[in-house]
Amino acid sequence: MVSIVVGPVILAIMGAFFGLLYLGIDRKLVAHMQGRIGPPIIQPFRDVGKLLMKESIIPDGALSWLFKLAPILCLMGSAVLLLYIPIFGQKALLEDFGDAIVVLYLLIIPSLALVVAGFSSSSPYATVGAQREMVIMMSYEFPLAMTIVAIAWRIGHVAETNPFMFSTVATYPIWSLVGPMGVAGTLILLIVLLLVTTGELSRIPFDLAEAETELAGGLLVEYSGRNLVLFYIADAIKTFAMASLIIALFFPYSLSPVVGIEALVPAFVVDALFFLLKILLVMFICVMLIRAAMARFKIDQVSKIYFIAMTLISLVGLILIWVDLVM
Amino acid sequence: MSLNSFKRALWLYHINAGSCNGCDIEILATLTPRYDVERFGIVLVGSPRHADVLAVTGPVPRQMVSRLKRVYEQIPDPKVVLQVGSCGMEGGVFHESYNLVGPVDQIIPVDVYVPGCPPRPEAIIEGVVKAWVKLEKAAEQRIT
Ligand code: SF4
Repeated sequence: MVSIVVGPVILAIMGAFFGLLYLGIDRKLVAHMQGRIGPPIIQPFRDVGKLLMKESIIPDGALSWLFKLAPILCLMGSAVLLLYIPIFGQKALLEDFGDAIVVLYLLIIPSLALVVAGFSSSSPYATVGAQREMVIMMSYEFPLAMTIVAIAWRIGHVAETNPFMFSTVATYPIWSLVGPMGVAGTLILLIVLLLVTTGELSRIPFDLAEAETELAGGLLVEYSGRNLVLFYIADAIKTFAMASLIIALFFPYSLSPVVGIEALVPAFVVDALFFLLKILLVMFICVMLIRAAMARFKIDQVSKIYFIAMTLISLVGLILIWVDLVM
Repeated sequence: MSLNSFKRALWLYHINAGSCNGCDIEILATLTPRYDVERFGIVLVGSPRHADVLAVTGPVPRQMVSRLKRVYEQIPDPKVVLQVGSCGMEGGVFHESYNLVGPVDQIIPVDVYVPGCPPRPEAIIEGVVKAWVKLEKAAEQRIT
């Protein structure tokens, strides 16, 4: 009972802490890649502290209750994700109550909250940003669902329990089920999911909804002070959750059995550190490398990439896994 | 809440009030790898709502007056104004031109002046540091 009440709060705080930490690492590494020194790793915490000191303005034309509600919704939507996705190599808190499909639905909530925020602030920039966010949301949803379903479908052939459960995915890691063809297929699906993550988190090159240069901050253009902080933290938590999702689906391994540590606490520490390392690797590929290397796409290019290219590529991955199964 | 919150996080919004673009390019130069102001936590933001510092360049022609005032009012408190370039101080190369309403400090309160036509990026960074000190004071007054 206590864990149901206290657990989510602790999880949200931990998610925010590590999310902000990873944002700091992201900024530092990208700066190094661009030949700059970059801000210190704790910079996002300083930004949060600073934003808390600022005045929160609610524009005259805005729908004020919705304008104030949207950031809270966004933060809660992101925090709830952490209840269902296994993190730190442990079981998720509400693992028995939800599976990958629930996560698929929950992932929409923060984006929807952003759209609501954009429309309720009654600024033309924010409206355009909200429309773009909706288009991107609809575009990446299909390849995302396809990837998750493909993995679960393959696991469903060997597992007796619900293959969408993260515990099932962890018991039957996808890589050990498939042959060479299937490994190629799984690799393709992994790449698709990594690129979907970039869009899901609206990072360059898919950051059209916030496009600093053309939309002046897009969705968040009217937000300031405390309300902006909530979005900032929600973004950090969502980043952390998305990286955890990839790890839960593709790399559900823990280190402690391998190195032979059995005592409860040391095993937990080893697993947690290993998990943080995995998150760093995932983020390095899908956020940092791409961000440092690319410029922003146009909105029609984004939907083409996701709707046509990514869907076809994930289909190829699915077919490879299927061929591997029947042969 | 610590008063040092502004110490290493400062977001800057830049508005071009009829400048010749010389100063604007120097402001952008501070973001390049050579100067890299991001290492001090200074970021250029796209919306005045997110900003702590308003950097104004240019001598303010008649059309810009109301816009400049509105942008200034849109910035949440505490805020400071950094005026970059000679022409915003007394006209500079546009001195006594028929369409000027400036200088900037006739329209909005200016906290820090950075002279030069255009000023060097080092000078702009120094101006931002001065603005920082003022911002800390403003934050202090707001709390006590
Ligand atoms: S100060 Fe000189 S360089 Fe700067 S905007 Fe004015 S005229 Fe251009």
